[in-house]
Amino acid sequence: MPSDISENNTPLIEARGLHTYYGDSHILHGIDLTIHRGETVSLIGRNGMGKTTTLRSLIGLTPPRQGTVKINGKDMTTSKVYKIVQQGIAYVPEDRGIFPNLSVNENLSMAARPGPNGREDWPLDHVLELFPRLAERLAFMGNQLSGGEQQMLTIGRALMTNPDLILLDEATEGLAPLLRKSIWSIVKEIKKAGIATIIVDRDIRTLLDIADRNIIIEKGVIVYEGNSEKLIAEPECLQKYVCV
Amino acid sequence: MELSFYLIQLLNGIQFGFLLFLVASGLTLVFGIMDVINLAHGSFYMIGAYLAYWLTGIFGNLFLGILLAIPLAIAIGMAVEKLAIAYVYKKGHLHQVLLTYALILIFDEMQRFLWGNDSHSVDVPNLLSGSIPLTDIQVYPVYRLFISAVCIIIGIGMFYVIQKTKLGMRIRAGASNNEMVQALGINIERLFSIVFSLGVALAAFAGMIAVPVDSLYPGMGDNILIISLVVVVIGGIGSIKGAFVGAMIIGVSSIFGKTLLPDMASVIVYAMMAAILIWRPKGLFQAI
Repeated sequence: MPSDISENNTPLIEARGLHTYYGDSHILHGIDLTIHRGETVSLIGRNGMGKTTTLRSLIGLTPPRQGTVKINGKDMTTSKVYKIVQQGIAYVPEDRGIFPNLSVNENLSMAARPGPNGREDWPLDHVLELFPRLAERLAFMGNQLSGGEQQMLTIGRALMTNPDLILLDEATEGLAPLLRKSIWSIVKEIKKAGIATIIVDRDIRTLLDIADRNIIIEKGVIVYEGNSEKLIAEPECLQKYVCV
Repeated sequence: MELSFYLIQLLNGIQFGFLLFLVASGLTLVFGIMDVINLAHGSFYMIGAYLAYWLTGIFGNLFLGILLAIPLAIAIGMAVEKLAIAYVYKKGHLHQVLLTYALILIFDEMQRFLWGNDSHSVDVPNLLSGSIPLTDIQVYPVYRLFISAVCIIIGIGMFYVIQKTKLGMRIRAGASNNEMVQALGINIERLFSIVFSLGVALAAFAGMIAVPVDSLYPGMGDNILIISLVVVVIGGIGSIKGAFVGAMIIGVSSIFGKTLLPDMASVIVYAMMAAILIWRPKGLFQAI
Protein backbone atom coordinates (compact mmCIF):
# COMPACT_ATOMS: atom_id res chain seq x y z
CA MET A 1 0.00 0.00 0.00
CA PRO A 2 1.53 3.38 -0.97
CA SER A 3 2.74 5.30 2.06
CA ASP A 4 0.56 8.36 1.41
CA ILE A 5 -2.55 6.24 1.96
CA SER A 6 -1.69 5.44 5.53
CA GLU A 7 -0.34 8.88 6.30
CA ASN A 8 -3.09 11.00 4.81
CA ASN A 9 -6.29 10.96 6.81
CA THR A 10 -8.15 13.61 4.82
CA PRO A 11 -11.15 11.94 3.18
CA LEU A 12 -10.89 11.42 -0.57
CA ILE A 13 -14.40 12.74 -0.94
CA GLU A 14 -16.50 14.63 1.52
CA ALA A 15 -19.90 15.62 0.19
CA ARG A 16 -22.29 17.61 2.37
CA GLY A 17 -25.96 18.35 1.80
CA LEU A 18 -26.10 17.63 -1.94
CA HIS A 19 -29.32 18.66 -3.64
CA THR A 20 -29.35 17.76 -7.31
CA TYR A 21 -32.04 18.32 -9.91
CA TYR A 22 -32.76 17.19 -13.44
CA GLY A 23 -34.65 20.19 -14.76
CA ASP A 24 -37.48 20.63 -12.26
CA SER A 25 -37.19 17.14 -10.78
CA HIS A 26 -35.56 17.21 -7.38
CA ILE A 27 -33.49 13.98 -7.29
CA LEU A 28 -31.06 14.23 -4.37
CA HIS A 29 -32.37 15.64 -1.10
CA GLY A 30 -29.32 16.45 0.96
CA ILE A 31 -26.84 13.60 0.48
CA ASP A 32 -23.90 13.44 2.91
CA LEU A 33 -21.15 11.10 1.81
CA THR A 34 -17.57 10.54 2.95
CA ILE A 35 -15.16 8.19 1.23
CA HIS A 36 -11.74 7.40 2.67
CA ARG A 37 -8.65 6.19 0.90
CA GLY A 38 -8.70 2.54 -0.08
CA GLU A 39 -12.30 2.09 1.04
CA THR A 40 -14.79 -0.01 -0.92
CA VAL A 41 -18.29 1.37 -0.55
CA SER A 42 -21.49 0.01 -2.03
CA LEU A 43 -24.32 2.29 -3.04
CA ILE A 44 -27.56 0.33 -2.83
CA GLY A 45 -31.11 1.25 -3.72
CA ARG A 46 -33.90 0.55 -6.14
CA ASN A 47 -34.06 2.03 -9.63
CA GLY A 48 -34.55 5.77 -9.78
CA MET A 49 -33.56 6.41 -6.15
CA GLY A 50 -30.58 8.58 -7.04
CA LYS A 51 -27.57 6.24 -7.11
CA THR A 52 -26.32 7.30 -10.55
CA THR A 53 -27.17 10.94 -9.81
CA THR A 54 -25.08 10.76 -6.65
CA LEU A 55 -22.08 9.51 -8.60
CA ARG A 56 -22.60 12.14 -11.32
CA SER A 57 -22.99 14.91 -8.74
CA LEU A 58 -19.70 14.01 -7.05
CA ILE A 59 -17.73 14.69 -10.25
CA GLY A 60 -19.84 17.57 -11.54
CA LEU A 61 -21.41 15.79 -14.52
CA THR A 62 -24.76 16.71 -12.98
CA PRO A 63 -23.71 19.54 -10.67
CA PRO A 64 -25.58 19.86 -7.38
CA ARG A 65 -27.60 23.05 -6.88
CA GLN A 66 -26.90 23.04 -3.17
CA GLY A 67 -24.24 21.47 -1.01
CA THR A 68 -20.47 21.07 -1.20
CA VAL A 69 -18.11 18.45 -2.55
CA LYS A 70 -14.61 18.45 -1.09
CA ILE A 71 -11.97 16.29 -2.72
CA ASN A 72 -8.80 15.71 -0.73
CA GLY A 73 -10.02 18.50 1.52
CA LYS A 74 -10.35 20.98 -1.35
CA ASP A 75 -13.75 22.45 -2.21
CA MET A 76 -14.41 21.40 -5.81
CA THR A 77 -18.21 21.94 -5.89
CA THR A 78 -18.16 24.43 -8.74
CA SER A 79 -15.08 23.10 -10.51
CA LYS A 80 -15.18 21.75 -14.03
CA VAL A 81 -15.57 18.00 -14.50
CA TYR A 82 -12.06 17.46 -15.87
CA LYS A 83 -10.48 19.31 -12.94
CA ILE A 84 -12.49 17.30 -10.41
CA VAL A 85 -11.55 13.93 -11.88
CA GLN A 86 -7.92 15.00 -12.20
CA GLN A 87 -7.87 14.89 -8.40
CA GLY A 88 -7.75 11.12 -8.82
CA ILE A 89 -11.27 9.98 -9.64
CA ALA A 90 -12.26 7.69 -12.49
CA TYR A 91 -15.83 7.18 -13.63
CA VAL A 92 -17.18 3.96 -15.10
CA PRO A 93 -20.66 4.92 -16.28
CA GLU A 94 -23.65 2.64 -16.56
CA ASP A 95 -23.60 2.85 -20.36
CA ARG A 96 -19.82 2.24 -20.27
CA GLY A 97 -19.03 5.21 -22.50
CA ILE A 98 -16.75 3.24 -24.81
CA PHE A 99 -15.59 5.22 -27.83
CA PRO A 100 -16.90 3.01 -30.65
CA ASN A 101 -14.74 4.70 -33.29
CA LEU A 102 -11.49 4.07 -31.39
CA SER A 103 -9.65 0.77 -31.15
CA VAL A 104 -9.26 -0.99 -27.81
CA ASN A 105 -5.65 0.20 -27.70
CA GLU A 106 -6.74 3.78 -28.43
CA ASN A 107 -9.60 3.66 -25.91
CA LEU A 108 -6.99 2.84 -23.27
CA SER A 109 -4.14 5.04 -24.47
CA MET A 110 -6.21 8.20 -24.93
CA ALA A 111 -7.03 8.21 -21.23
CA ALA A 112 -3.49 7.60 -19.96
CA ARG A 113 -2.23 10.14 -17.48
CA PRO A 114 -0.33 10.15 -14.22
CA GLY A 115 -2.45 10.13 -11.08
CA PRO A 116 -2.31 12.72 -8.29
CA ASN A 117 1.28 13.12 -7.05
CA GLY A 118 2.49 11.89 -10.45
CA ARG A 119 1.90 8.21 -9.67
CA GLU A 120 2.06 5.88 -12.68
CA ASP A 121 1.09 2.52 -11.19
CA TRP A 122 -1.06 1.50 -14.14
CA PRO A 123 0.79 1.63 -17.45
CA LEU A 124 -0.81 -0.13 -20.42
CA ASP A 125 1.14 -3.38 -19.81
CA HIS A 126 -0.10 -3.60 -16.26
CA VAL A 127 -3.71 -2.97 -17.28
CA LEU A 128 -3.46 -5.62 -19.99
CA GLU A 129 -2.10 -8.13 -17.46
CA LEU A 130 -5.31 -7.67 -15.53
CA PHE A 131 -7.38 -8.02 -18.72
CA PRO A 132 -5.72 -10.65 -20.95
CA ARG A 133 -8.88 -10.66 -23.03
CA LEU A 134 -8.33 -7.03 -24.00
CA ALA A 135 -4.68 -7.77 -24.80
CA GLU A 136 -5.92 -10.24 -27.44
CA ARG A 137 -8.25 -7.65 -28.93
CA LEU A 138 -6.14 -4.47 -28.99
CA ALA A 139 -6.86 -3.76 -32.64
CA PHE A 140 -10.64 -4.31 -32.35
CA MET A 141 -12.81 -1.22 -32.51
CA GLY A 142 -14.81 -0.32 -29.41
CA ASN A 143 -18.08 -1.30 -31.09
CA GLN A 144 -16.78 -4.76 -31.99
CA LEU A 145 -16.57 -5.88 -28.37
CA SER A 146 -19.06 -7.94 -26.39
CA GLY A 147 -20.76 -6.37 -23.36
CA GLY A 148 -18.33 -8.06 -20.97
CA GLU A 149 -15.31 -6.95 -22.96
CA GLN A 150 -16.68 -3.42 -23.05
CA GLN A 151 -17.00 -3.44 -19.27
CA MET A 152 -13.42 -4.67 -18.98
CA LEU A 153 -12.33 -1.92 -21.34
CA THR A 154 -14.10 0.79 -19.41
CA ILE A 155 -12.56 -0.42 -16.11
CA GLY A 156 -9.17 -0.73 -17.79
CA ARG A 157 -9.53 2.79 -19.17
CA ALA A 158 -10.37 4.05 -15.68
CA LEU A 159 -7.19 2.41 -14.33
CA MET A 160 -5.10 4.11 -17.05
CA THR A 161 -5.81 7.41 -15.25
CA ASN A 162 -4.06 6.05 -12.11
CA PRO A 163 -7.00 6.90 -9.86
CA ASP A 164 -7.37 6.91 -6.09
CA LEU A 165 -11.11 6.27 -6.45
CA ILE A 166 -13.22 4.55 -9.09
CA LEU A 167 -16.96 5.17 -9.36
CA LEU A 168 -18.40 1.93 -10.76
CA ASP A 169 -21.98 2.36 -11.92
CA GLU A 170 -23.84 -0.91 -12.58
CA ALA A 171 -20.62 -2.88 -12.53
CA THR A 172 -22.02 -6.15 -13.87
CA GLU A 173 -25.32 -5.04 -15.43
CA GLY A 174 -26.46 -7.17 -18.34
CA LEU A 175 -23.51 -9.58 -18.22
CA ALA A 176 -23.57 -13.38 -18.30
CA PRO A 177 -22.84 -15.08 -14.94
CA LEU A 178 -19.32 -16.13 -15.90
CA LEU A 179 -18.40 -12.61 -17.00
CA ARG A 180 -19.97 -11.16 -13.87
CA LYS A 181 -17.69 -13.41 -11.85
CA SER A 182 -14.61 -12.19 -13.69
CA ILE A 183 -15.63 -8.52 -13.26
CA TRP A 184 -16.04 -9.12 -9.53
CA SER A 185 -12.62 -10.70 -9.30
CA ILE A 186 -11.20 -7.62 -11.04
CA VAL A 187 -12.99 -5.40 -8.52
CA LYS A 188 -11.29 -7.43 -5.79
CA GLU A 189 -7.92 -6.90 -7.48
CA ILE A 190 -8.61 -3.16 -7.57
CA LYS A 191 -9.44 -3.25 -3.87
CA LYS A 192 -6.23 -5.15 -3.20
CA ALA A 193 -4.30 -2.45 -5.05
CA GLY A 194 -5.53 0.08 -2.50
CA ILE A 195 -7.85 1.96 -4.86
CA ALA A 196 -11.11 3.11 -3.28
CA THR A 197 -14.37 2.33 -5.10
CA ILE A 198 -18.00 3.30 -4.90
CA ILE A 199 -19.92 0.45 -6.50
CA VAL A 200 -23.50 0.41 -7.69
CA ASP A 201 -24.82 -3.03 -8.60
CA ARG A 202 -27.86 -5.26 -8.27
CA ASP A 203 -25.91 -8.26 -7.07
CA ILE A 204 -26.36 -7.33 -3.40
CA ARG A 205 -24.86 -10.56 -2.03
CA THR A 206 -21.54 -10.07 -3.84
CA LEU A 207 -21.57 -6.35 -3.00
CA LEU A 208 -21.94 -7.15 0.70
CA ASP A 209 -19.11 -9.63 0.39
CA ILE A 210 -16.74 -7.05 -1.13
CA ALA A 211 -17.77 -3.73 0.44
CA ASP A 212 -16.25 -2.31 3.61
CA ARG A 213 -19.27 -0.10 4.04
CA ASN A 214 -22.77 -0.04 2.52
CA ILE A 215 -24.99 2.94 1.88
CA ILE A 216 -28.67 2.61 1.03
CA ILE A 217 -30.36 5.43 -0.86
CA GLU A 218 -34.12 5.85 -0.92
CA LYS A 219 -35.72 8.70 -2.88
CA GLY A 220 -32.56 10.79 -2.87
CA VAL A 221 -31.89 10.41 0.86
CA ILE A 222 -29.37 8.14 2.61
CA VAL A 223 -31.47 5.91 4.83
CA TYR A 224 -28.88 3.43 6.00
CA GLU A 225 -25.12 3.25 6.39
CA GLY A 226 -23.09 0.43 7.88
CA ASN A 227 -20.66 -2.41 7.33
CA SER A 228 -21.73 -5.65 5.70
CA GLU A 229 -21.98 -7.69 8.90
CA LYS A 230 -24.32 -5.12 10.36
CA LEU A 231 -26.46 -5.03 7.25
CA ILE A 232 -26.60 -8.82 6.95
CA ALA A 233 -27.79 -8.89 10.55
CA GLU A 234 -30.70 -6.65 9.55
CA PRO A 235 -32.37 -8.52 6.67
CA GLU A 236 -35.57 -6.53 7.19
CA CYS A 237 -33.68 -3.40 6.19
CA LEU A 238 -32.56 -4.88 2.86
CA GLN A 239 -36.04 -6.28 2.38
CA LYS A 240 -37.59 -2.87 2.93
CA TYR A 241 -35.34 -0.78 0.73
CA VAL A 242 -34.04 -3.18 -1.90
CA CYS A 243 -36.64 -5.95 -1.84
CA VAL A 244 -34.09 -8.77 -1.42
CA MET B 1 -11.26 18.44 -78.16
CA GLU B 2 -8.02 16.71 -77.45
CA LEU B 3 -7.30 14.32 -74.65
CA SER B 4 -4.73 16.74 -73.22
CA PHE B 5 -7.48 19.32 -72.80
CA TYR B 6 -9.37 16.90 -70.57
CA LEU B 7 -6.18 16.09 -68.73
CA ILE B 8 -5.63 19.78 -67.95
CA GLN B 9 -9.23 20.14 -66.74
CA LEU B 10 -8.80 17.04 -64.62
CA LEU B 11 -5.61 18.44 -63.06
CA ASN B 12 -7.34 21.77 -62.44
CA GLY B 13 -10.28 19.94 -60.89
CA ILE B 14 -8.00 17.92 -58.62
CA GLN B 15 -6.12 21.06 -57.59
CA PHE B 16 -9.41 22.84 -56.81
CA GLY B 17 -10.51 19.70 -54.98
CA PHE B 18 -7.40 19.83 -52.78
CA LEU B 19 -8.12 23.46 -51.84
CA LEU B 20 -11.73 22.57 -51.10
CA PHE B 21 -10.50 19.68 -48.98
CA LEU B 22 -8.48 22.05 -46.77
CA VAL B 23 -11.49 24.29 -46.24
CA ALA B 24 -14.05 21.50 -45.86
CA SER B 25 -11.95 19.37 -43.50
CA GLY B 26 -11.94 22.20 -40.95
CA LEU B 27 -15.66 22.70 -41.39
CA THR B 28 -16.43 19.02 -40.98
CA LEU B 29 -14.18 18.72 -37.88
CA VAL B 30 -15.85 21.65 -36.16
CA PHE B 31 -19.30 20.38 -37.11
CA GLY B 32 -18.63 16.70 -36.36
CA ILE B 33 -16.65 17.06 -33.14
CA MET B 34 -17.93 20.25 -31.58
CA ASP B 35 -21.43 20.05 -33.09
CA VAL B 36 -21.01 23.68 -34.11
CA ILE B 37 -22.25 24.97 -37.45
CA ASN B 38 -19.77 27.67 -38.33
CA LEU B 39 -21.08 29.66 -41.28
CA ALA B 40 -18.15 32.05 -40.87
CA HIS B 41 -15.75 29.28 -41.88
CA GLY B 42 -15.56 30.67 -45.42
CA SER B 43 -14.68 34.06 -43.98
CA PHE B 44 -11.41 32.58 -42.73
CA TYR B 45 -10.60 31.55 -46.30
CA MET B 46 -11.17 35.18 -47.27
CA ILE B 47 -9.20 36.51 -44.29
CA GLY B 48 -6.30 34.23 -45.18
CA ALA B 49 -6.35 35.41 -48.78
CA TYR B 50 -6.47 39.11 -47.90
CA LEU B 51 -3.79 38.79 -45.20
CA ALA B 52 -1.49 37.06 -47.69
CA TYR B 53 -2.25 39.72 -50.33
CA TRP B 54 -1.61 42.55 -47.85
CA LEU B 55 1.62 41.12 -46.40
CA THR B 56 2.93 40.11 -49.83
CA GLY B 57 2.38 43.75 -50.89
CA ILE B 58 4.42 44.98 -47.93
CA PHE B 59 7.29 42.48 -48.11
CA GLY B 60 7.24 41.79 -51.84
CA ASN B 61 7.35 38.02 -51.37
CA LEU B 62 4.37 35.66 -51.32
CA PHE B 63 6.06 32.98 -49.24
CA LEU B 64 7.10 35.47 -46.59
CA GLY B 65 3.60 36.97 -46.74
CA ILE B 66 2.03 33.53 -46.15
CA LEU B 67 4.50 32.72 -43.37
CA LEU B 68 3.50 35.88 -41.51
CA ALA B 69 -0.19 35.56 -42.35
CA ILE B 70 -0.55 32.07 -40.82
CA PRO B 71 -0.01 33.07 -37.16
CA LEU B 72 -2.15 36.18 -37.66
CA ALA B 73 -5.03 34.12 -39.08
CA ILE B 74 -4.76 31.59 -36.24
CA ALA B 75 -4.77 34.43 -33.69
CA ILE B 76 -7.93 35.85 -35.28
CA GLY B 77 -9.50 32.39 -35.23
CA MET B 78 -8.64 31.82 -31.57
CA ALA B 79 -10.03 35.23 -30.65
CA VAL B 80 -13.28 34.49 -32.50
CA GLU B 81 -13.54 31.13 -30.73
CA LYS B 82 -12.93 32.62 -27.27
CA LEU B 83 -15.04 35.77 -27.70
CA ALA B 84 -17.96 34.42 -29.71
CA ILE B 85 -18.20 30.71 -30.62
CA ALA B 86 -17.47 29.45 -27.08
CA TYR B 87 -20.73 31.04 -25.91
CA VAL B 88 -22.90 29.03 -28.29
CA TYR B 89 -21.43 25.51 -27.90
CA LYS B 90 -24.40 24.35 -25.88
CA LYS B 91 -27.01 26.71 -27.29
CA GLY B 92 -27.93 24.67 -30.33
CA HIS B 93 -27.67 25.16 -34.04
CA LEU B 94 -30.03 28.12 -34.38
CA HIS B 95 -27.89 30.30 -32.09
CA GLN B 96 -24.77 29.15 -33.88
CA VAL B 97 -26.18 29.93 -37.31
CA LEU B 98 -27.33 33.39 -36.22
CA LEU B 99 -24.04 34.23 -34.53
CA THR B 100 -21.79 32.98 -37.30
CA TYR B 101 -23.95 34.65 -39.95
CA ALA B 102 -23.42 37.91 -38.06
CA LEU B 103 -19.69 37.18 -38.12
CA ILE B 104 -19.82 36.82 -41.93
CA LEU B 105 -21.40 40.28 -42.19
CA ILE B 106 -18.81 41.76 -39.85
CA PHE B 107 -15.88 40.19 -41.69
CA ASP B 108 -17.27 41.18 -45.11
CA GLU B 109 -17.72 44.79 -43.96
CA MET B 110 -14.22 44.85 -42.49
CA GLN B 111 -12.85 43.54 -45.77
CA ARG B 112 -14.63 46.34 -47.71
CA PHE B 113 -13.46 48.92 -45.19
CA LEU B 114 -9.82 47.81 -45.34
CA TRP B 115 -9.39 46.80 -48.98
CA GLY B 116 -12.38 48.22 -50.84
CA ASN B 117 -14.71 46.71 -53.41
CA ASP B 118 -12.18 46.21 -56.21
CA SER B 119 -10.83 42.79 -56.91
CA HIS B 120 -7.12 42.22 -56.45
CA SER B 121 -4.58 39.66 -57.45
CA VAL B 122 -1.06 38.57 -56.62
CA ASP B 123 1.50 37.37 -59.17
CA VAL B 124 2.76 33.83 -59.08
CA PRO B 125 6.21 33.90 -57.43
CA ASN B 126 9.06 33.74 -59.97
CA LEU B 127 10.34 30.52 -58.53
CA LEU B 128 7.11 28.73 -59.44
CA SER B 129 5.99 30.74 -62.44
CA GLY B 130 7.04 28.21 -65.07
CA SER B 131 4.99 25.53 -66.76
CA ILE B 132 5.43 21.90 -67.58
CA PRO B 133 4.71 20.71 -71.13
CA LEU B 134 1.95 18.12 -71.28
CA THR B 135 1.93 17.69 -75.07
CA ASP B 136 3.57 19.57 -77.97
CA ILE B 137 1.23 22.53 -77.53
CA GLN B 138 -0.32 22.17 -74.07
CA VAL B 139 1.45 23.22 -70.88
CA TYR B 140 0.49 23.11 -67.22
CA PRO B 141 1.48 25.79 -64.68
CA VAL B 142 3.93 24.69 -62.00
CA TYR B 143 2.20 26.76 -59.31
CA ARG B 144 -0.98 24.67 -59.59
CA LEU B 145 1.05 21.50 -59.15
CA PHE B 146 2.70 23.18 -56.17
CA ILE B 147 -0.73 23.83 -54.61
CA SER B 148 -1.66 20.17 -55.03
CA ALA B 149 1.66 19.00 -53.57
CA VAL B 150 1.37 21.27 -50.51
CA CYS B 151 -2.22 20.14 -49.94
CA ILE B 152 -1.14 16.47 -50.14
CA ILE B 153 1.55 17.11 -47.52
CA ILE B 154 -0.93 18.89 -45.22
CA GLY B 155 -3.49 16.14 -45.78
CA ILE B 156 -0.95 13.46 -44.78
CA GLY B 157 0.06 15.55 -41.76
CA MET B 158 -3.55 15.92 -40.71
CA PHE B 159 -4.18 12.19 -41.17
CA TYR B 160 -1.15 11.47 -39.00
CA VAL B 161 -2.28 13.81 -36.21
CA ILE B 162 -5.86 12.51 -36.21
CA GLN B 163 -5.02 8.80 -36.51
CA LYS B 164 -1.71 8.39 -34.73
CA THR B 165 -1.37 10.92 -31.91
CA LYS B 166 -2.94 11.10 -28.47
CA LEU B 167 -4.42 14.47 -29.42
CA GLY B 168 -6.00 12.84 -32.47
CA MET B 169 -7.42 9.99 -30.36
CA ARG B 170 -8.94 12.51 -27.98
CA ILE B 171 -10.40 14.52 -30.86
CA ARG B 172 -11.98 11.36 -32.31
CA ALA B 173 -13.21 10.35 -28.85
CA GLY B 174 -14.74 13.83 -28.47
CA ALA B 175 -16.63 13.29 -31.71
CA SER B 176 -18.42 10.26 -30.27
CA ASN B 177 -18.90 11.12 -26.57
CA ASN B 178 -17.61 14.40 -25.26
CA GLU B 179 -19.06 13.94 -21.77
CA MET B 180 -16.96 10.81 -21.32
CA VAL B 181 -13.89 12.66 -22.59
CA GLN B 182 -14.35 15.21 -19.80
CA ALA B 183 -14.98 12.50 -17.24
CA LEU B 184 -11.56 11.09 -18.13
CA GLY B 185 -9.93 14.33 -17.02
CA ILE B 186 -9.49 15.93 -20.42
CA ASN B 187 -10.11 19.65 -20.81
CA ILE B 188 -12.76 19.56 -23.52
CA GLU B 189 -12.81 23.33 -23.92
CA ARG B 190 -9.14 23.37 -24.76
CA LEU B 191 -9.64 20.43 -27.11
CA PHE B 192 -12.45 22.35 -28.85
CA SER B 193 -10.28 25.44 -29.05
CA ILE B 194 -7.50 23.40 -30.70
CA VAL B 195 -9.93 21.84 -33.19
CA PHE B 196 -11.44 25.21 -34.04
CA SER B 197 -8.02 26.81 -34.49
CA LEU B 198 -6.90 23.90 -36.64
CA GLY B 199 -10.00 24.37 -38.80
CA VAL B 200 -9.39 28.11 -39.10
CA ALA B 201 -5.73 27.55 -39.96
CA LEU B 202 -6.64 25.09 -42.73
CA ALA B 203 -9.26 27.41 -44.28
CA ALA B 204 -7.05 30.47 -44.02
CA PHE B 205 -4.06 28.63 -45.48
CA ALA B 206 -6.18 27.47 -48.42
CA GLY B 207 -7.11 31.12 -49.05
CA MET B 208 -3.47 32.19 -48.85
CA ILE B 209 -2.08 29.58 -51.17
CA ALA B 210 -4.87 30.15 -53.70
CA VAL B 211 -4.17 33.88 -54.01
CA PRO B 212 -2.02 33.66 -57.18
CA VAL B 213 -4.57 31.50 -59.05
CA ASP B 214 -7.78 33.06 -57.77
CA SER B 215 -8.50 36.78 -57.57
CA LEU B 216 -9.52 38.43 -54.31
CA TYR B 217 -12.98 39.98 -54.23
CA PRO B 218 -15.64 40.95 -51.69
CA GLY B 219 -17.75 37.97 -50.65
CA MET B 220 -15.20 35.40 -51.84
CA GLY B 221 -15.61 33.58 -48.52
CA ASP B 222 -19.34 33.08 -49.06
CA ASN B 223 -18.84 31.20 -52.31
CA ILE B 224 -16.27 28.86 -50.84
CA LEU B 225 -18.49 28.32 -47.74
CA ILE B 226 -21.45 27.11 -49.77
CA ILE B 227 -19.43 24.75 -51.89
CA SER B 228 -17.59 23.48 -48.77
CA LEU B 229 -20.92 22.79 -47.07
CA VAL B 230 -21.84 20.71 -50.12
CA VAL B 231 -18.56 18.81 -49.74
CA VAL B 232 -19.22 18.16 -46.03
CA VAL B 233 -22.75 16.93 -46.68
CA ILE B 234 -21.59 14.63 -49.48
CA GLY B 235 -18.65 13.26 -47.53
CA GLY B 236 -20.58 12.75 -44.28
CA ILE B 237 -20.50 15.21 -41.40
CA GLY B 238 -17.39 14.80 -39.26
CA SER B 239 -15.51 12.59 -41.71
CA ILE B 240 -12.08 13.74 -42.92
CA LYS B 241 -11.99 10.91 -45.44
CA GLY B 242 -15.43 12.02 -46.61
CA ALA B 243 -14.24 15.62 -46.91
CA PHE B 244 -11.42 14.43 -49.15
CA VAL B 245 -13.58 12.28 -51.43
CA GLY B 246 -16.35 14.90 -51.48
CA ALA B 247 -13.87 17.67 -52.30
CA MET B 248 -12.46 15.67 -55.21
CA ILE B 249 -15.92 14.88 -56.59
CA ILE B 250 -17.03 18.49 -56.33
CA GLY B 251 -13.68 19.96 -57.44
CA VAL B 252 -13.51 17.88 -60.61
CA SER B 253 -17.20 18.10 -61.48
CA SER B 254 -17.25 21.86 -60.89
CA ILE B 255 -14.24 22.49 -63.17
CA PHE B 256 -15.58 20.18 -65.90
CA GLY B 257 -18.98 21.81 -65.53
CA LYS B 258 -17.50 25.27 -66.01
CA THR B 259 -15.67 24.31 -69.19
CA LEU B 260 -18.06 21.86 -70.81
CA LEU B 261 -21.46 23.18 -69.70
CA PRO B 262 -20.85 26.77 -68.55
CA ASP B 263 -24.59 27.56 -68.42
CA MET B 264 -25.22 24.63 -66.14
CA ALA B 265 -22.03 24.88 -64.07
CA SER B 266 -23.57 25.98 -60.78
CA VAL B 267 -26.36 23.42 -61.04
CA ILE B 268 -24.04 20.48 -61.59
CA VAL B 269 -22.54 20.69 -58.10
CA TYR B 270 -25.96 20.61 -56.44
CA ALA B 271 -27.25 17.91 -58.78
CA MET B 272 -24.24 15.85 -57.72
CA MET B 273 -25.07 16.45 -54.07
CA ALA B 274 -28.73 15.49 -54.59
CA ALA B 275 -27.73 12.30 -56.42
CA ILE B 276 -25.34 11.24 -53.65
CA LEU B 277 -27.84 12.04 -50.91
CA ILE B 278 -30.52 9.94 -52.58
CA TRP B 279 -28.03 7.06 -52.63
CA ARG B 280 -26.43 7.72 -49.21
CA PRO B 281 -28.62 10.08 -47.13
CA LYS B 282 -25.98 10.46 -44.40
CA GLY B 283 -23.14 11.09 -46.83
CA LEU B 284 -20.45 8.76 -48.10
CA PHE B 285 -18.57 8.14 -44.84
CA GLN B 286 -19.22 8.04 -41.12
CA ALA B 287 -17.69 10.53 -38.70
CA ILE B 288 -14.03 9.96 -37.79
